[in-house]
Amino acid sequence: MSSHSQIYAGAFADPVFAAQSVFRTLMDSFARPGTIGRLSASASPPSPLGNASGAVALTLCDHDTPVWLSPALSKSAVRQWIAFHTGACVTEVKDEARFAFVEKGAAVPSFDQFALGTQEYPDRSTTLVVEVEALTGGEPLVAGGPGIKAEIVVAPIGLPDVFLDFWTANRAIFPRGIDLVLTAGDAVLCLPRTTKLSIERE
Amino acid sequence: MNDLATYNFAYLDEQTKRMIRRAILKAIAIPGYQVPFASREMPMPYGWGTGGVQVTASILGPNDVLKVIDQGADDTTNAVSIRAFFQKVANVAVTTKTKEATIIQTRHRIPEEPLRDGQTLVYQVPIPEPLRFLEPRETETRKMHALEEYGLMHVKLYEDIARNGHIATTYAYPVKVEGRYVMDPSPTPKFDNPKMHMSEALQLFGAGREKRIYAVPPHTEVVSLDFEDHPFEIQKFDKPCALCGAANVYLDEVVLDDKGGRMFVCSDTDHCEGRQAHGHAGPMLARPRHQCKEPAE
Repeated sequence: MSSHSQIYAGAFADPVFAAQSVFRTLMDSFARPGTIGRLSASASPPSPLGNASGAVALTLCDHDTPVWLSPALSKSAVRQWIAFHTGACVTEVKDEARFAFVEKGAAVPSFDQFALGTQEYPDRSTTLVVEVEALTGGEPLVAGGPGIKAEIVVAPIGLPDVFLDFWTANRAIFPRGIDLVLTAGDAVLCLPRTTKLSIERE
Repeated sequence: MNDLATYNFAYLDEQTKRMIRRAILKAIAIPGYQVPFASREMPMPYGWGTGGVQVTASILGPNDVLKVIDQGADDTTNAVSIRAFFQKVANVAVTTKTKEATIIQTRHRIPEEPLRDGQTLVYQVPIPEPLRFLEPRETETRKMHALEEYGLMHVKLYEDIARNGHIATTYAYPVKVEGRYVMDPSPTPKFDNPKMHMSEALQLFGAGREKRIYAVPPHTEVVSLDFEDHPFEIQKFDKPCALCGAANVYLDEVVLDDKGGRMFVCSDTDHCEGRQAHGHAGPMLARPRHQCKEPAE
């Protein structure tokens, strides 16, 4: 496939209803952190961006939302794919980004480099979309907080070793902080900043 | 093309929906915090639910079943026109039954029947800022939320007690969400406040004129503000519903004549009709003639 057809192809076949259904899955997943939402509409962005991450970009990004891309994504056709299909501008400055995308296996920058919002406007923070190996089967973490009845176990594979430290630091500055969307294949797992994570004790 | 030109699905254009969707996701991530959004002009006046309508339009899909209530009733002007609006612009299925609905847009009541997982309650909010009548400046109230400085609200409730002997606030009774943000639950009667606490359903709030969206995720702590010696209490009614005999529900007063005649009936019409269909009857329910033991006077 030439790089041109990579850039122009791969968006939603039915943009209005696909964006609606992807958004509803994201909304339900943010409202019930730790549950795994399957996206019913698919996007096929150029590699190395995953399908679910691509669908999130098509659903939420536009000219109002500067996007930060990981170094590998930035060098790939993804940069132009996002520009063409969403109209979002790509920024190099992490704390200007409303959305940030990291592909599978890449290093995840520490969360405090992104926009965290202010105490007055905590909503002005980056939403991180990170693709991981899988959403289940990894080291189990116990999640609690709003949206979770008692507690739920999340066990994604492929998070950085320091993830829990990043997340605890992010949780500590509430109401400021980033929100996280983990993607794998056609599924998403959302962690709003309110979710508390800890290592499961036996 | 034979098709007549139509509106985009659910009236709003896609860019507007994306903007509102982003605001909804941030609102869910910060329960009780009011997210500013670029509210649009809607084909109805401010004060008629433009905020709720924009939220509903942004989350609504073709498989949703929509219910709209106005003070608990499915058949009042605001409810009927908003329901008709979404039938027209989204061709979406509508219902009056709480159980069947996936999205319930409401103006100032929460259905009596407990909501379930998978349902979304969308509130139409006139004044989203609980501190607005105490401090008119937005710059100040924003700072008060930032610093978690809610003393003024407690002073207001205390003044209620000093003047009236009890907390006289009966609707839009302030709540604290997840121990952080003080939130206006919209002008619902305080009777409904306990239903917001640890609800199974996602609750979204849209204020169109004031351009704010906020949210309470499911299983989230929502506590009505009170004092140790003046604990929060909900309204109590001494008689059951005159039509369906339900106790422990919110009742509306209906004036019957100019001689002081009145009746108290369920504010939630679906709940009342459902009970009547199951054979429950209150003292003033008109029964079909053949069921009456004595001839009507």
